[in-house]
Amino acid sequence: MKIDCKHVWEHISAYIDGDVDSVLRAEIDRHLEHCEICSAVMDSTRNVVVLMADDRVFEIPAGYSERLHRRLDTFLTENQGLAND
Amino acid sequence: MTGLNQPVNAAVNETAELIARIVAGEKQLFHELIRPVERAVFVMMFMLLRNETDAEDAAQEAFIKVYRNLHNFRGEAKFSTWVLSIARNEGLGWLRKRASRPEDPLDPVFDDSAGRGDFTPALLTDWREVPHEALERKELGQCIRRAIINLPQIYREVVQLRDVDELDVQETANILGITAGAVKVRLHRARAMLQKELVPVLKGYAPSKKEGTSGRRGLFGRRV
Repeated sequence: MKIDCKHVWEHISAYIDGDVDSVLRAEIDRHLEHCEICSAVMDSTRNVVVLMADDRVFEIPAGYSERLHRRLDTFLTENQGLAND
Repeated sequence: MTGLNQPVNAAVNETAELIARIVAGEKQLFHELIRPVERAVFVMMFMLLRNETDAEDAAQEAFIKVYRNLHNFRGEAKFSTWVLSIARNEGLGWLRKRASRPEDPLDPVFDDSAGRGDFTPALLTDWREVPHEALERKELGQCIRRAIINLPQIYREVVQLRDVDELDVQETANILGITAGAVKVRLHRARAMLQKELVPVLKGYAPSKKEGTSGRRGLFGRRV
């Protein structure tokens, strides 16, 4: 079975996650071999996915952890026991 | 990256032991228990509230709720999944409170059928990979962050858990209270939207020569 570009786009996310069966993966691979557009769409989508996982995209405010643990310290000192609900 | 994906058995045993000791009275160990999830809870709050100050305050409240409910943790889910579920409820509570403030309206409501069929990617004929090092330039991270933050909430949450925190599909589904299938559908749409939005921006950060690229069409080893 030969698949078209639109069919490839429908499976891009699953393909990137390794969540397509071997038959479909082989079909997509065959399509990508000769389709520059789908190849570039696949590569750019994967590039976006990889970059999003970098800690530098969502930087935590300076002092967040210190303030959090200070607040928890105050709370833990004031509260002797765990809730019973 | 987030500390959420340690080797499963060792982490589970270590966490269970810590929790047992905290519940038994060694409450200062709570600090140690939550360190691996601090970042993910802040990011979750920031994704929901889109404001750093509110996100930090909400994260503190969420951790206090986690402590108060620690004795209810049964280990049926991973500790991080359980914490993120509590954090999400806390964040949604803040959003509801905020909804009563007219200057800060809620997102428009989207459901899974919204915009069905309109997920054509940005079309291009060549792509040179933008490497992680490009994130040394702050504005690139800001562009990616803005694109994620501007997604409708149902897509933003899935992207946060799957692509920012790198949780697996089932954990994501458990936290959001949706099916694994719905996670995949939303993630697919979200990634298509992000690709469309970000490709014109990212092109400016690609290396000028094709030799600089790597990892074309390789498997990522990402968990599904």
